[in-house]
Amino acid sequence: MGAIFKREFRSYFTNMTGYIIIGVMFVFCGIFSTFINLLQGYASFEYILNNQMLILIVVIPILAMRSLAEDRRTKTDQLLYSLPMSTASVVVGKYLAMLAVYFLSVLGMAVVPVILSGFGDVSFTAAYSSLFGFFLLGAALLAICMFFSSMTESQIVAAVLGVGGAFVLYLLGSIASIIPDTAAASFACFVIVALIIAISLYVVTKNYIVAVSALIICLIPLVLLLVLASDTLAGLFPDVIKYLAIFDRFEKFTGGIFDLTAVIYYLSVIAFFVFVSVQTMEKRRWS
Amino acid sequence: MIEVKNLTKKYGNHVAVDNLSFTIETGKIYGLLGPNGAGKSTTMNIVTGCLAATSGTVLVDGHDIFEEPIEAKKHIGYLPELPPLYTEMTPYEYLQFVSEAKGVPYEEAVKEIKNVMELTGLTERRDRLIKNLSKGFRQRVGIAQAMIGNPDIIILDEPTVGLDPKQIIEIRELIKALGEKKTVIISSHILAEISAVCDHVIIISKGHLVADDSLESLEKKASRNNGLTVRVKAGISAAEAVFKKIQGVEYRDIEENNGVTTAIVTAAEGFEGTVSDAVFFAFAEAKLPICEMFYRESSLESIFLAITDNPDFIPDAVASKAGNAEQSDDAAEDEAEDEENKTEEASKAEEIAKEDDDYVPLFSSNDDEEDKK
Repeated sequence: MGAIFKREFRSYFTNMTGYIIIGVMFVFCGIFSTFINLLQGYASFEYILNNQMLILIVVIPILAMRSLAEDRRTKTDQLLYSLPMSTASVVVGKYLAMLAVYFLSVLGMAVVPVILSGFGDVSFTAAYSSLFGFFLLGAALLAICMFFSSMTESQIVAAVLGVGGAFVLYLLGSIASIIPDTAAASFACFVIVALIIAISLYVVTKNYIVAVSALIICLIPLVLLLVLASDTLAGLFPDVIKYLAIFDRFEKFTGGIFDLTAVIYYLSVIAFFVFVSVQTMEKRRWS
Repeated sequence: MIEVKNLTKKYGNHVAVDNLSFTIETGKIYGLLGPNGAGKSTTMNIVTGCLAATSGTVLVDGHDIFEEPIEAKKHIGYLPELPPLYTEMTPYEYLQFVSEAKGVPYEEAVKEIKNVMELTGLTERRDRLIKNLSKGFRQRVGIAQAMIGNPDIIILDEPTVGLDPKQIIEIRELIKALGEKKTVIISSHILAEISAVCDHVIIISKGHLVADDSLESLEKKASRNNGLTVRVKAGISAAEAVFKKIQGVEYRDIEENNGVTTAIVTAAEGFEGTVSDAVFFAFAEAKLPICEMFYRESSLESIFLAITDNPDFIPDAVASKAGNAEQSDDAAEDEAEDEENKTEEASKAEEIAKEDDDYVPLFSSNDDEEDKK
């Protein structure tokens, strides 16, 4: 794991990606702090991070796009598979290398509240707890984008999937608010999601038995819920969507609250997607 | 030591490797031979743990590659078909990364990298970026990578592909040197390469094992077909009478076709002189015209072509080995069926071998050429 981490981390700085990522983060952080803190006179660092969130949607997928896809294209994955180490330690090593690059950019941004404190009162606890939340948000996005990178051998596909996916996650909160909280609406939405899952399963496995049985497995509890406990179903879909909206969790941090459930939430998102990436890598050896 | 048992790999409905079993013994150089798409790379990928098998087991020094992959992989150095290089690194950095990933302690690694770079001739280029190296040097970096960590078994998939003749010779020398201390498995579809470096040959065709034998005994089998083919314008009995008169030669496969008799003549032990001369003078004396005489030179090449063109053909060596292996009842039944077909298949394969043989015509008459047309 150590060897993989070192190699990956260094490679981000031999091929410019690392410098560009950190540079872009700094430039936008500077622009936002100039506008919000200096020109408009707000003393809160949290507002900058609220805007910087949009930059993450683009920057994180670009940082993560080559992580696993590139190895597959250049066939260096064969070296990694033949080394005496588990796939999990390869994936975790790569994830930590990306996280370290991202951490450097967050570390640079940590200077801003110190500078601002020269011009007025800055709440350091609020500033740094929100920066910590921001780091966790980016870390979770990194894990998701690494998963996209594990699915393809094209960096471009990985990046597009990452940006698209991150943007959808960003909008999830708003999407949840427009869905009526009746049982029928939730049922309809769940059926649509089940159909999407079934269709994508068919596309991936080319096996309609798998797709149809997945659809049936999804539909049975839904129908049961609709018939037996339609109260539970009411508003369930918006609630599920709200749960998945990882950007919304960060808003509590910008409100000055150090939310422990959000920390655990982000850590479990990271663990889940690192695990799924390992499984995708393992599965590739079978096909 | 590697033990491969009943290995099968399917890609969807396509069977890439079909029930393959063989054993790799310590301290020999093995050649894995087969036409393109025979399953050589797939087999190597499975043995090194890069690919999972559909069924079957691979034991590397007693460790199952699927159950205890980390222990098993410690014994193997692998160069895949395309050298897996990080082109933005220098050879030195790359080898450093590999030795760290293989868990070699730092000080040992420094010595080992120096040693391996000298053996593969990379010392002068240790600080050039791999992307600026020529194909031959990239291949050397790949081989150096496989040697790092001092594994007992080194597996090289087509190690000389894309190299110039001088580099090919150098790499072969290197493989031979490696083979003195370690077990080496190389794959190739170039027969000259296999016969130049290997002690033992495993031939795979369409996912099946078709030969597993030492190079010497395969060559001996190949030379069995060597001999002088003689075609005489005479009846079979007249020709046989003449052949019997010639002292010190043996004939076989005699047959008559449209008044022309064909036979293969070989020198018996103790015969001195030239077989073709003896045959010529004997038939001249009998006043029987010779239509054609040529030497058939059967080689490893013809054995290879014969057994790879005919996937059902199982040479004696393999059939007896497969008989020893533990097999389920169903498999045993198949085995029996194979046994029945074997003689037929063997003769078929021999026919193919005959057609593919290089021959050196010694003497050929015009009317015979018309016959051919």
